[in-house]
Amino acid sequence: MTAVTDRASLKHRLAEKGVDRVLWLLVPGAVFVVLLFVYPFLYGLQLSFQPKGGGSPFQNYVTFFQDEYLAETVWITLRLGLPAALFNVLASIPIAFRMRGRFRGKRALTTLLVVPITLGTVLTAEGLLAFFGPTGWFNRIWMALGADEPAKLTHNYWGVLFSLIITGFPFAFLLTLSYLSGIDPTLEQAAATLGASRRQRFRTITMPLLAPGLAVTFCLSFVLAFSVFPSAVMVGNPAGETHVMSIAAYETALRDNDFAMGSAIAMLMALVMLIVIGVVLVWRTTLYRGATGGKG
Amino acid sequence: MTGQRFAELHLDHVRRAFGDTVALQGMDLTIKGGEFVALLGPSGCGKSTALNCLAGLLPLTGGRITLDGKRIDDLPPEKRGFGMVFQNYALFPHMSVRRNIGFGLSMRKTAKAELNRRVDEAVRLVQLEEHQHKFPAQLSGGQQQRVAIARAIVLEPPLVLMDEPLSNLDAALRLEMRTEIRRLHQSLGLTTVYVTHDQEEALALADRLVVLRLGEVQQVGSPEEVYAHPVNRYVAGFMGYRNMIPVSVSAQDDDQATVRTEDGIELVGVKREELSDKAVAAVRPEDFTVVSEAGDNTLEATVEIVEYHGREQAVEARLKNGEQLHVRTNSRLAPGDTIRLKVPTERVLVFT
Ligand SMILES: Nc1ncnc2c1ncn2[C@@H]1O[C@H](COP(=O)(O)OP(=O)(O)OP(=O)(O)O)[C@@H](O)[C@H]1O
Ligand SMILES: [Mg+2]
Repeated sequence: MTAVTDRASLKHRLAEKGVDRVLWLLVPGAVFVVLLFVYPFLYGLQLSFQPKGGGSPFQNYVTFFQDEYLAETVWITLRLGLPAALFNVLASIPIAFRMRGRFRGKRALTTLLVVPITLGTVLTAEGLLAFFGPTGWFNRIWMALGADEPAKLTHNYWGVLFSLIITGFPFAFLLTLSYLSGIDPTLEQAAATLGASRRQRFRTITMPLLAPGLAVTFCLSFVLAFSVFPSAVMVGNPAGETHVMSIAAYETALRDNDFAMGSAIAMLMALVMLIVIGVVLVWRTTLYRGATGGKG
Repeated sequence: MTGQRFAELHLDHVRRAFGDTVALQGMDLTIKGGEFVALLGPSGCGKSTALNCLAGLLPLTGGRITLDGKRIDDLPPEKRGFGMVFQNYALFPHMSVRRNIGFGLSMRKTAKAELNRRVDEAVRLVQLEEHQHKFPAQLSGGQQQRVAIARAIVLEPPLVLMDEPLSNLDAALRLEMRTEIRRLHQSLGLTTVYVTHDQEEALALADRLVVLRLGEVQQVGSPEEVYAHPVNRYVAGFMGYRNMIPVSVSAQDDDQATVRTEDGIELVGVKREELSDKAVAAVRPEDFTVVSEAGDNTLEATVEIVEYHGREQAVEARLKNGEQLHVRTNSRLAPGDTIRLKVPTERVLVFT
């Protein structure tokens, strides 16, 4: 009798702390994460501390920063990732703002804006080559307008930046739109009845409530852009101007067969991303982050 | 702090349609400065639409609104400057109570000292001194409601619009806030348009009621007028005439009608509309008296359900033809009893 009630009450106490059978639902996810993320990560980490040529465990990292060609990749990748992410977030604000609420043709327009996701980077890169290439449409018009020589927009920094913007924008836009739709429209109406003009409403109500979401959107866009690989090869200049970190890691590991050094570069890549995300998220903690649904 | 009085706000055939649904059809209404007007009607009758049209949050699809002769329906909400209290309060979640209340003033670039003075005054008026530095999420429903009111009235708007501001509160708080709203209205000399679906609230608060149904104004009048002399069966139903007994008209003169229920019982009642032969006799549950003998204006029914409500009982009874009656009485009744219910002639309203 007492045994039964004891067991029942233990079950209740555990349930109160969130321990119940629903926890089993986490198992497939947890296994997945361990097998596909945690294990490879830890394996790569320990590998990076075993330099091919022996010596100090930190030798790979020291080499990276001593070799100018390698060290430069950090700056090159940041110079692509940060502007692309910033542009995508900023560009999606006005468009998402306009697309809020219901209107005719909304679905068609959303589809159009989101289609680049389905194209994939390779198709986008080929499209860019055809459009912005020396004999592409853009330059034909450019020359017809009286330019002396075709604008160089592919196989350099600009080609990769365009490609990152095209493939990254849909993500930024969809995220921004969903954050924006989460803001109760009666808040802006209330501000209007209190005498706030359109611009004042945007500045004092919409932006402060949207900013935390924009921070997250920026982080995700940045991570996507920072790990750029195919377009840096196809529409960039992979040996020079767009010699990004992922290319450096790939070449070291698979061309030079130095897996340890490749791992070290990959770890540094992760570190740079974490630093940027950390900075953005620290800024985010200074913002209001509660409910945006009005009543609060 | 007093509202800037105007003489007359005039709604002239104000119409609003959403595609094919007409939410408000040709509303005519004149609101005088200092008045408390309640828009009353069931869900979906167009009350919020009317209020949003007044505030400028919804453009009209027809008609015009004039304030002391000046046309205002083409002005955006921020230029109209009417205060509005939203049903969900719509407090800015990222601002403290003080900044919420001061929002309108800071949009007007009011000087700091003046702003603080007026916010202090408003905070005191709605008794939120202890809570003025909290955020909306840290307040109870009643406190949030006070913030919403303070935020709307601190600007001394010529007109205050309230959309069911009490519907999220529990019964006791609702009564308390109701008195509070009336007190503020009187002491500040506001002009208020108040939307509700609760007839008791409307009767208690308003100087004038506007009863709406399906976007059409049914009756405009003082609470006494609307309560005692509803113009049609819908208004009557809204004013507590819960019994609508189908009858056939046997005789009518200028102000009285003699009708016969389907049970064959004759009732004499007040004629409220021109009648053809089919009609309804409307009676409030509390206007029946339980009597022991048959007589004039007396129905016979069988008790089905008795609910105990303290001093009186709410009784559901059935006429012989199956028609259900709602009765409130002090007599102790039990299910299965056969009762006779007498109702005075002036308490029977006959509508088409
Ligand atoms: N944005 C809209 N689009 C289409 N129809 C609408 C819209 N807003 C309101 N309506 C319709 O207009 C009618 C009146 O709506 P309104 O919101 O004014 O009702 P209400 O009287 O305020 O009801 P409640 O008491 O439930 O708030 C309803 O039939 C509603 O379906
Ligand atoms: Mg409503």
